[in-house]
Amino acid sequence: MLTYIARRILYSIPVLFLSTFLSFIFVSYAGNPLGALRANPRVSQHTLQLVAHHNHLDKPVVIRYFYWLQEVFTHKLGNSLLTFQPIWPDVTRTIGHTAQVIVISESLAILLGVAVGIFSAIKQYSVFDYTFTSLSFLGFAMPTFWLGLLLQILFVDIYLHWNVRIFYTSGLNSPGTTATWSIDRLQHIALPVVTLCVVSFALYSRYMRASMLDVINSDYVRTARAKGLPEWRVITRHVVRNALIPVVTVAALNLGGLLGGAIVTETIFSLDGFGYYFINSLQNSDLYAVMAYLVVTSIIIIVFNLVADVLYGFLDPRIRYD
Amino acid sequence: MSCTGSSIRAFGMTEPTPAHLGPSGTVAPVEQAVDGIIPAPDRLEEATAAAGLELQVRSQWSYARRRFLRHRLAMVGLFGLVVIFGAGIFANFVAPYSPNALDLTNILHGPTSIGHHWLGTDEIGRDYLSRIIWGVRTSLEVGVFVAVVSSIVGLAIGAVAGYYGGLIDNLLMRLTDLVLTLPALAILLTAAALLGQGNQWRVSFILAGFFWTGIARIVRGVFLSLREKEYVEAAKASGAGDIRIMFRHILPNTLGPVIVNGTIAVAVAIITEAALSFLGFGIKPPTPSLGSLTAGGQTNPQQWWLTLFPGLTIVLITLCVNFVGDGLRDALDPQQRRVRA
Repeated sequence: MLTYIARRILYSIPVLFLSTFLSFIFVSYAGNPLGALRANPRVSQHTLQLVAHHNHLDKPVVIRYFYWLQEVFTHKLGNSLLTFQPIWPDVTRTIGHTAQVIVISESLAILLGVAVGIFSAIKQYSVFDYTFTSLSFLGFAMPTFWLGLLLQILFVDIYLHWNVRIFYTSGLNSPGTTATWSIDRLQHIALPVVTLCVVSFALYSRYMRASMLDVINSDYVRTARAKGLPEWRVITRHVVRNALIPVVTVAALNLGGLLGGAIVTETIFSLDGFGYYFINSLQNSDLYAVMAYLVVTSIIIIVFNLVADVLYGFLDPRIRYD
Repeated sequence: MSCTGSSIRAFGMTEPTPAHLGPSGTVAPVEQAVDGIIPAPDRLEEATAAAGLELQVRSQWSYARRRFLRHRLAMVGLFGLVVIFGAGIFANFVAPYSPNALDLTNILHGPTSIGHHWLGTDEIGRDYLSRIIWGVRTSLEVGVFVAVVSSIVGLAIGAVAGYYGGLIDNLLMRLTDLVLTLPALAILLTAAALLGQGNQWRVSFILAGFFWTGIARIVRGVFLSLREKEYVEAAKASGAGDIRIMFRHILPNTLGPVIVNGTIAVAVAIITEAALSFLGFGIKPPTPSLGSLTAGGQTNPQQWWLTLFPGLTIVLITLCVNFVGDGLRDALDPQQRRVRA
């Protein structure tokens, strides 16, 4: 097991280097991080050259990649090329906000999705099953940003028409408050949470249903019934437990899509999260900030995939790692 | 769709009619057909023709077509796609206005019959229905380009990697790992920041550059399992070259999953293009695309139709494509002999 984990980690290191190298080249050629500085009439050509030299921007891109790597390891992802402030505090702040939204919405999606999946499978071809199967089809077909925008429009209009604030449609907190866990914060993040939740919910309910149907028709479930167990006990002890195993993998693999969804959702609701930070950095060609996002999210995804695979081995003893 | 009853059975035979009688009109000895345990196809044909029955030889593809045509949701999806994409393809005839024509007397007007602005107008008075129809055309171009290019590239690379293994296979697997373990949208955005930001073809090019890996992985899997099969060995023994084995003996087995994935890729490409355009890294104005139209609605939250209708079009397209994809998946599964009723 340990050698398996070690091998997986070792194996993802070259993947990380290659992907960061390619993205570094992409972002470097996409725009000049000193564009804003250059547009400022009070900055002389000489200062510009000094800044560029100081940040190694006058070197070839391949060399600059190695300078960047040095920054990553010695200065915690380095300084922004736009504001010249350290990136690390921004990363920890925004990632906390994104984590709050993602954790809440995923917990909701898993709980609801699993519950709906179980009932759909038990009452296959019932009205309940048809309703939620159609809804999950719809959830899949819906672009995240469209749903987010519709919710935003709806609640902006409710506010404008009746002057009722149910949920806020932008930002994280009302001015003057900063609490991480408060009614005010929940009112702010409710819409982003719902937006992210819908697609995941569609995914989990569909997988749970399919997985339940697979298990329900297996021999050991027939045996459980034959030996006279009550139906609820067959379902809870024999079916649901085994049906949950593939959902674990799906949930872990979903993280990449979720982070993409977070970029879109945070942009719509101007939420000070990691995705919003990424989009702003990319628009300003802030090379090091963009790279910081890519590195951190890639590591998170790799770790989650690894955790899911290891967990899968614990849940399903038939899987062997060697 | 007109076939009913006996004619749709496997190796179904149509009811005997005078037209199907053998040319000579004589009845050939039937023993001829049963002297072997399984009659050779030509002898079977001979015998049935002689007995006044017509043998319909059905290929795997005709079975698939029949199953597909009997898949109700798939037919609904196909109909929807024909309508929506048809409107997009013939946008210059269907759209009531030019996508850039201004109607300055009706700015930001809701859906109305005034001036036939059925879906309203935007902030400079352009007819929204026309813009959506032209947007469908743009999205269709993106979807089809991405699906076709990524399928062909994925097929070629997956085939080579699966058949030969070794270095190419290793490289391919690392590449697909890379795409799978990275935040896909973020990588697409960085690529778009450099290469995209313009017309639909540049955006399609980037999307295709990412989408082929999924198809290559599937094709590789099929090749990997089939290259060890006895029939491939038999082909090798009878002197078939690598190219012939790859294209003639293994490739047809991958077409089912590739077609299904190519279909789904149309929808995924359209949604992804919309997301890129929405975030400002996709297709730039004035080219109307469904994503940028939806995004345009954000600046006017009071004018709900600006967001609702283009997004709804994306949802409808995606739903229809998914239905068709499901139908194709059921139809192209060679294990499934039954024709769906």
